[in-house]
Amino acid sequence: MLDSRIIQKLTEIVDEDNVAAEPQDLLCYSYDATQMQFKPDVVVYPADAEEVSLILKMANSERIPVFPRGAGSGFSGGSLPKGGGILLVVTRMNRILRIDTDNLIAEVEPGVVTEQFQEAVEKLGLFYPPDPASLKFSTLGGNVAECAGGPRAVKYGVTKDFVMGLEVVLPTGDIIRTGGETVKGVVGYDLTKLMCGSEGTLGVITKIIFKLLPLPEAKKTMMAVFDSIDGAAKAVSTIISGKIIPTTLEFMDHATLQCVDRRFSLGMPAEGRAVLIIEVDGDRDLIEKQAGQIHGLIKPLGLVQFRVAKDAAESEQLWKVRRLVSPSLRDVNPTKYNEDIVVPRSRVPDVIRRIEKIQQKYDIPIVNFGHAGDGNIHVNVMIDKEIEGQEEKAHEAIKEIFQAALDLGGTMSGEHGIGLSKAPYIPLELSPVQIAAMKAIKHALDPNNILNPGKMFPE
Amino acid sequence: MRVPTSGQAQGLPLQGKTLDPLKRVEKEIKKCVKCGACRAHCPVFGALQREPAVARGKVAIAQAVLSHGIELDDRTYADMSKCLLCGSCVEKCANDVPTDEIVIAAREALAQQRGLTTFHKAVGRVIRNRKLMSMGAVAAAVMGPLFFRKVPATSGLRLRFPLPFVGSKRHIPNIAKKPFMERHPEVIPGEPGKPRIVYFVGCMTNFVYTEVGEAALALFRHLGCTVIIPRDQQCCGLPGMSGGDLATVRELAEKNLAALEKHQADYIMTACATCGGALHKFYPAVVGKKHPELLERCKAIAEKTVDAALLLQKLGLNPVETGEGEGIRVTYHDPCHLRTRNITRQPRELLKSSPGVEFVEMEGADKCCGLGGTFNVYHYDTSMGINAGKSTAILNSGADAVATGCPGCMMQLSDGLQQRGAKTRVMHTLEVLSRNIRR
Ligand SMILES: Cc1cc2nc3c(=O)[nH]c(=O)nc-3n(C[C@H](O)[C@H](O)[C@H](O)COP(=O)(O)OP(=O)(O)OC[C@H]3O[C@@H](n4cnc5c(N)ncnc54)[C@H](O)[C@@H]3O)c2cc1C
Ligand code: SF4
Ligand code: SF4
Repeated sequence: MLDSRIIQKLTEIVDEDNVAAEPQDLLCYSYDATQMQFKPDVVVYPADAEEVSLILKMANSERIPVFPRGAGSGFSGGSLPKGGGILLVVTRMNRILRIDTDNLIAEVEPGVVTEQFQEAVEKLGLFYPPDPASLKFSTLGGNVAECAGGPRAVKYGVTKDFVMGLEVVLPTGDIIRTGGETVKGVVGYDLTKLMCGSEGTLGVITKIIFKLLPLPEAKKTMMAVFDSIDGAAKAVSTIISGKIIPTTLEFMDHATLQCVDRRFSLGMPAEGRAVLIIEVDGDRDLIEKQAGQIHGLIKPLGLVQFRVAKDAAESEQLWKVRRLVSPSLRDVNPTKYNEDIVVPRSRVPDVIRRIEKIQQKYDIPIVNFGHAGDGNIHVNVMIDKEIEGQEEKAHEAIKEIFQAALDLGGTMSGEHGIGLSKAPYIPLELSPVQIAAMKAIKHALDPNNILNPGKMFPE
Repeated sequence: MRVPTSGQAQGLPLQGKTLDPLKRVEKEIKKCVKCGACRAHCPVFGALQREPAVARGKVAIAQAVLSHGIELDDRTYADMSKCLLCGSCVEKCANDVPTDEIVIAAREALAQQRGLTTFHKAVGRVIRNRKLMSMGAVAAAVMGPLFFRKVPATSGLRLRFPLPFVGSKRHIPNIAKKPFMERHPEVIPGEPGKPRIVYFVGCMTNFVYTEVGEAALALFRHLGCTVIIPRDQQCCGLPGMSGGDLATVRELAEKNLAALEKHQADYIMTACATCGGALHKFYPAVVGKKHPELLERCKAIAEKTVDAALLLQKLGLNPVETGEGEGIRVTYHDPCHLRTRNITRQPRELLKSSPGVEFVEMEGADKCCGLGGTFNVYHYDTSMGINAGKSTAILNSGADAVATGCPGCMMQLSDGLQQRGAKTRVMHTLEVLSRNIRR
C-alpha cells in the first residue's frame, strides 16, 4: 500500500479528477487481455509529457514502481502492475497533432486509437498500414511499445517500420526526443528503434512521429483452399518467388477450420485441409492481373477451391471467416494460451508438423492459424483448467513449441511481446550475455528500476 | 480525487439472497476474456474514457462482487448506473458476453441490498399504475426527468424543466392532450383475409409522440390489416429494468403477456425500438430467467413480435401507391434496439423508396444517441455528450429531417438539435412513410 502522502503528491501534479484509488478503479486497471490480475495502488491519468515527467521524477525519488498503460489489450501482461504501484494511463493524451501531406508524416500522442488514426490519414488519401487485429481499440503508444504487427506486415512491415521519431519521458523524468522527421539520420545510436518494442520498460512514449504512404487505389481479396498444409505453405513461397508481394497471406489449418465450421457452416470442400486468405493492393488494373497470376501459380499445389471477391461486400465475407476463428476456438476448451511464434516462411510446414507431434505427446488440442506470409503463426493451446494436470501439460507443450520455433531459425514471439507471461521463457532464445547487455541498457536508463519492473526478464 | 467514500451502504453485510441475480449470470460473466474490444463500441466509455465505464470494467466489477472483492456500495451503484443497456458491446463481443443483462442483474442486486432510489421507486409506482398512466403522468417516468410535475401544455420542445432532483436542462417534448389509446377503439377491423395485427403501443407513443401511433395506424389500415390495440397493455417495463426494479418488470411483463396473448394475432407490432427490445430480448432473457413457465410464454410472444418497418416491408408496402409527397431530404438514425436486432437495412430501403424522399446517409448513423432509458436522468451531461456527435452528424448530412424507429431516440435527438438551435425535423420512419396517406 502506498501512503496517502504519495496520493497527495499525485494530486498536486494532475488535478484531483485524474487520480483514482477507489477499489473499483484499482480493480478495473488490474487486468489486460491475458486475464491475469494485479491491482495497482493508485491510477493516474496525466495530460501531457510534463505531467508524466513530474510523476516519474517523484516516483523515482520515492522508489515507487510506475506502470504505463494504453488500452490494456496486451497479450503478455505488459501493463499489469505486479507488486503494486502507480498505474499511469496515457489515454488522455489522444490528439492527432498534425498530418503533413507534403512530407508524408504525422505526429500523434500515444493515446490515439489505431483505427482512428488510420481513418484520419485515409481521409487525406494517405495510408498507415500496421493493422493489429486489435486496431479498433488498441492505442498507438501500445502499438509502438509492443511493436505490433498485423496481416499487412507481409508487404508493409510492422509498427517500428513506420516510427520515425519519438518523444519519451525517461524513468528519471527527463524528456527526450529521438529520431526526427527526416528519412535519413545517423547521429548517435538509434534510440527510436530501441524504444520500439521496449514494452514500457525504458520510457513513457508521449509523442510519435509516423511515416505515411500514399493510399493504394484498390484491393482484392481471394480465398484459396488446399488439400494439404504443404500445398498452402508452398503456395506462400511460390507467390512470393513469383515476384508478387501480397498485402496479406493469412493461413488457417484444418483444426481451425473445423472449429469455425462447427459454429458457422463454411461450405468448405471436404478435402480442404488448409486455407489461405490472400489480398493484394495497388492500382486497379494491376491487382486484377495479379489475382490471375496468383491463381495460375498456386493451381498445381493441390488447390481445391479458389474464390475471388468481386466487391467490398464479398471481400468482407472472406475476411469474416478469418475473424470468426478467435471466438469459435472457445468451443474447443475454455482456456486458450495464445502464442505467436515466427519461423522463416519456408519452414511453416515443418513447424506445423512439429506442433502436431507435440499435440499428440501431450494430448491437448492445439490450433494454428496466422500470418503465413511472414511466418508468424498463432499457436493456440486449448485447455480446461478444471481438468487436473492440464495446465502443467500446457506449459510443457508451450516450452516445446518455442523450442521448435527456435530450432527452425525462428523466434518465440512475433508481436505479442514478453511482458509477464513469456518472461520465464526468454533464456530459451537469448543467451546470458544478450540478457546481460539488455539489462545493462535498462539499468543505465532506469537505475532504480521503477519503470514497469518485473517485465521482459526472468525474475 | 476519488478515494474510498464512507457511503451509507458501505460495509453493510450482504443479505441472504442479495447476490442471487448475479449468480444467475455468473456463467455469462465468466465468458469475458478481458480483450477490451468493447472499448471501441461502448458509448459511455467513449464519453468518459475510464475503464470502469466500459463493458469490460462493469463485468469485472460484477465478477468481483460475486467473489466478495467489491461491495455493493455507492461507488458500485454509480458504476452500474453508467450503462445505456444499448447492447452495442454485446453485438460486437466475440465472446457473446451479455453485459446489458449482467448490468441489469447487478442493478437488481443493488436494489435488493440498498432499496430502490426515490426516483426509481417513483418510476415503478407510475409504470405499474394504469390510472397514473392514463392521467398522463407516466410519460414522465419513462422519459426520466419529466413526469413528476404536470407538464404545461405549451407547444413543441421549447420547455425547460426545473425538476427537483434530476437534470433540469433537458428540453422535453409536449405531452399529448389525449393519449393515443384513448382516441381509438380496441379493434379496428380491416379487410377479410388480411393479417390481424396487435399493436403494442408503448408509453412514449401513447402519451408523447401520438403522431407515431397515428402513422402506424394509417399505414397498416392502408394495407387492409385489422389493427387491435389491446386496452389492458401496460408500459413495457424497461424504465424499471434500468433501475434494477425487476419485481415491477416481472409484474408488467406478466400483464402484457396476458394482454397480448388474448387476441389471435398474426403479428405483434411495435413502432418503438425499446418496447420491441423488451418483448424480443429482455422479457425472455431477464424476466424469464428464473421462471421456466413464464419463459415459454415470453418466447412465444417474442417470436410474434415484429418491428413496424420490418413488417411493412414484409407485407409489401408499396410506397409509390402512397402518392407524390413534398420533396424532403431525410437521413436515418439507427436505434440501438433495432440495430442490435439487425434491423438496419429495411427502414432505409423503405425511406429510399418513399416518393419525394431524397435519402442521405449521415456519418455514424449506427452510433447510440445516448438516451439509455433512465441513464439520461442520472447522467444527463454524459448523455448529451454522447449525443453531441450525433447532432453534428445530422447537421453535416444536410438533411431536412432525421428519421428513426424509436420515440425515445426521437426525444433525445430533438433535445440535442434543439439545443443547437437547428431546424432539422425529427420524425419516426412511419411518419415519413405515411406523409401522403389519407387518414
Ligand atoms: C483481440 C486482440 C487481438 C490482437 N491482435 C493483435 C495483432 O494482430 N497483432 C499484435 O501485434 N497484437 C495484437 N494484440 C495485442 C495488443 O492489442 C497489442 O499488443 C497492442 O499494441 C497493445 O496496445 P494497448 O494500447 O492495449 O497497450 P497496453 O496493453 O495497455 O500496453 C502494452 C504494453 O505497452 C506499454 N505501453 C502502453 N502505452 C505506452 C506508452 N505510451 N509508453 C510506453 N509504454 C507504453 C505497456 O506498459 C505495456 O507493456 C491483440 C489483442 C487482442 C485483445
Ligand atoms: S465484454 Fe466482450 S468485448 Fe468486452 S472485454 Fe469482455 S469479452 Fe472482450
Ligand atoms: S450496453 Fe451499451 S452502455 Fe452498457 S456497457 Fe454495453 S455498450 Fe456500454
